[in-house]
Amino acid sequence: MINKVVSGAEEAIRDIADGATLMLGGFGLCGIPENCINALVKKQVKQLTCISNNAGVDDFGIGLMLQQRQIKKMISSYVGENAEFERQLLSGELEVDLIPQGTLATRCLAAGYGMPAIFTPAGVGTEVAEGKEIRNFNGKDYLMEYAFDADFAIVKAWKGDTAGNLMFRSTSRNFNPVMAMAGKITIAEVEELVEAGELDPDHIHTPGIYVHRIFQGKDYEKRIEQRTVRKSAVG
Amino acid sequence: MFSKEEIAQRIAKEIKDGYYVNLGIGIPTLVANYIPKGINVVLQSENGLLGMGPFPFEGEEDADLINAGKQTITTLPGSSIFDSAMSFGMIRAQKVDLTILGAMEVSENGDIANWKIPGKMVKGMGGAMDLVASAKNIIVAMQHVNKAGESKLLPKCTLPLTGVKCIKKIVTELAVLDVLPEGGFKLLERAPGVSIEFIQQSTAGRLVVEGEILEMRLD
Repeated sequence: MINKVVSGAEEAIRDIADGATLMLGGFGLCGIPENCINALVKKQVKQLTCISNNAGVDDFGIGLMLQQRQIKKMISSYVGENAEFERQLLSGELEVDLIPQGTLATRCLAAGYGMPAIFTPAGVGTEVAEGKEIRNFNGKDYLMEYAFDADFAIVKAWKGDTAGNLMFRSTSRNFNPVMAMAGKITIAEVEELVEAGELDPDHIHTPGIYVHRIFQGKDYEKRIEQRTVRKSAVG
Repeated sequence: MFSKEEIAQRIAKEIKDGYYVNLGIGIPTLVANYIPKGINVVLQSENGLLGMGPFPFEGEEDADLINAGKQTITTLPGSSIFDSAMSFGMIRAQKVDLTILGAMEVSENGDIANWKIPGKMVKGMGGAMDLVASAKNIIVAMQHVNKAGESKLLPKCTLPLTGVKCIKKIVTELAVLDVLPEGGFKLLERAPGVSIEFIQQSTAGRLVVEGEILEMRLD
């Protein structure tokens, strides 16, 4: 079997060069590839196009790459929580393509499923539809949206094995499995890396065929964006 | 006139036993607090969860378990987790029975604008465009007028659209209204103490008033 295991984030991202198109998994700060983001910041690669549902916060996640002005273009559905993002957008340093969240997910899925395009009703009649082909099926209009074409997909999983199989935990799954399927090269960082055979094949979310490099990450901060709690029932 | 909580409470009366429901951010989130006792409702969170439970007890927050508003939450017996593509797959395939979301403007033909104000920072549409384009049943929770007293129920939306001809029901601090298939806001109920004349003044789009309009009841 090809050895997919790499020593860490630095080795995993070694050949990501200026101008690359990256997919980054996660929803808000939940399930983001913290180790690889830190390594990309350290490596100082620039002019990146990043496909990610969100853009982190000022001092965490993709926000760290924005601070270093490493990103040329963001393709996201919601980017609200980041002042540096706003500054770069308004000053014209950063290009942003805002697309519906379901369209974002399904364009990843299409890439991983070998389909060149999808048809979705999301955005019909809005500025999202400008310049796009519209087809009518059964009396309803749909936009044609193309599969993403990303050089690298970088995802975070809970457990992985040396064959590249991945399991995700709770809602940190989000975009990670569909992005894992969609990269020309897919890099997975996992909280726990085990030998092939230790994970139950029935419980694998992402088959290892989609994963090219895998490593056990370290020092996960797993920052919570909105800590909401209720009072204990016993007061 | 209704408070935000009361708008949420009124919308909750529209939820039926067995419904799968997606709640947007803002007033819609409050609807979860008023789901009628004795009925079984499953809340969908579009980041990949069916069966969203209440906030965790202090000290039991799990960074891996959040809702689409990025708040820490819990699961319930019967919950399931899935990826973002499947989440929007079930929305697109109309498996979700009811979508409740906020709006900046709604037009009398059912168009909705809720994601972008030109000239201001644009945060993005998130899942709103997918939800309004596919949901078979959408209720909008919104303020009838803006802070300047201008109507948000319009002949035509002035802001960039989120979706077209998709809204069927609206609950505001003043009234419950249906959007008629042929166009126009049909007044169904008025908030306690609010006159039909006041609702008329507060509605820039075509308001249809037929028969007796009863006050909204929350019980």
